[in-house]
Amino acid sequence: MSDFFSTLLDEFPQVRAGLWVTLEATVLGSLLALLLSFVLGLMAGSKLLPVRGVSRVVVEFFRGTSLYIQLFWLYYAMPQLTGYELTPLLCGIVAFGLNYGAYGAEIVRGAIKSVPRAQYEAAVALNMTPFHRMRKVIMPQAWVQMIPSFTNLLIQLLKATPLLWLISAADLMTAVEHIRSRTGETLTAYLLLLAAYFVLAYALTLLMNLLERAAKRRLGLHTGAGSLLKSRTAESAATAGGAR
Amino acid sequence: MNQSFNWDAVGDSFPLLLEGFRVTLLATVLGTLVAAVLGLAIAVAGRAPSRLVTVPVKAVMEFVRATPLLVQLVGAAAVFTSVEPLTIGIVVLGIHYATYTSEVYRAGIDGVPKGQWEACRALSLSPRRTWQAVILPQAVRNVLPALGNYAISMFKETPFLAVITVQEMVFEARKYGTDHFAYTEVFTLAGLIFLVASYPTSLLMRKLEKRLGH
Repeated sequence: MSDFFSTLLDEFPQVRAGLWVTLEATVLGSLLALLLSFVLGLMAGSKLLPVRGVSRVVVEFFRGTSLYIQLFWLYYAMPQLTGYELTPLLCGIVAFGLNYGAYGAEIVRGAIKSVPRAQYEAAVALNMTPFHRMRKVIMPQAWVQMIPSFTNLLIQLLKATPLLWLISAADLMTAVEHIRSRTGETLTAYLLLLAAYFVLAYALTLLMNLLERAAKRRLGLHTGAGSLLKSRTAESAATAGGAR
Repeated sequence: MNQSFNWDAVGDSFPLLLEGFRVTLLATVLGTLVAAVLGLAIAVAGRAPSRLVTVPVKAVMEFVRATPLLVQLVGAAAVFTSVEPLTIGIVVLGIHYATYTSEVYRAGIDGVPKGQWEACRALSLSPRRTWQAVILPQAVRNVLPALGNYAISMFKETPFLAVITVQEMVFEARKYGTDHFAYTEVFTLAGLIFLVASYPTSLLMRKLEKRLGH
């Protein structure tokens, strides 16, 4: 046991670097996913059938083929096929972005659809341009609806980052796994690793709850401080526009 | 160094992948079964009258749900070395997803009108009869599509089992890819198999959702 912690102390720079890689993959991956969610989600609401069709096909493709396969495809198959090689971390970011972006698109689509029709009609009656309508009326209301589901996705993305270990990107899991194999303290190592991910997940949830509160404030909806500490239930993910 | 797509490797590896796919399906079905039963037990336990039960149950659930499946799998496989990897995989998948399905059941149970509980009390039914004959039949019916969706998610996460040496589809794909240097072909094929299997199932779930009036 003490052996484990002294090794942990010795290898602290590696663990810190690994934590950094995990955070980088989470943040950059989810930013890419966010971007794709909006692009694909807005495309899904288009009047033009081809635009809707492209969005549908892309979303179903990236949801239907497993994330694991997408990651391995980028890491193993793409260099073989095209000659281009991404760094392992970049493979992870792209795979997470594409996969969770496809899930996110459904959230965006569902949230826009859930804004009452009258809001849309009122904006038309006020002669707003389509862009203005989206920017000032529809999106602020849809955004509040999206945040809880996005929180779920963000946590799921964080939980997917240990996959980086399999494509030899030196993430948190890789670092702790290394200490485990050096000391043989299996149980301690994995419990510590689980605890680390738990803390990260909780911190991200807290940040997202703050974001939700700010978004609600802008609509004139105030929430008590107690709502900041609640963790998201899985159930809202299952019901939000078939987010799976 | 562009290599063209080798169709021979596709034909060659297909039977192997199908062989692995059987294990994938087995893990999904049994994992879903564990998740469905355990999730129900957790949801009922969460309604227990004593906080000595509800608080620990909730804490453990939050912890399992917020931590990565891959770490749980690798950890369990490293700690329980004498248990067969497939068994570990099914149990860990089941427990991980039970934390999700229990929320689904909880919502279903919350959806049963309060009058039903009161009627049970008025008829002085035992707690056991109340759950079995009145509450659960109403609660479970509405949660079927959501459970189905989690089964599909689980299906797409079964490749994690390859890491603990369960010989499912992706395990076979990787092996073939390494032996013949044909990663492109096998991973493309494996991805398509996932798509072909999961897309119709998710359409079916959407239909079921509509029919049950969600």
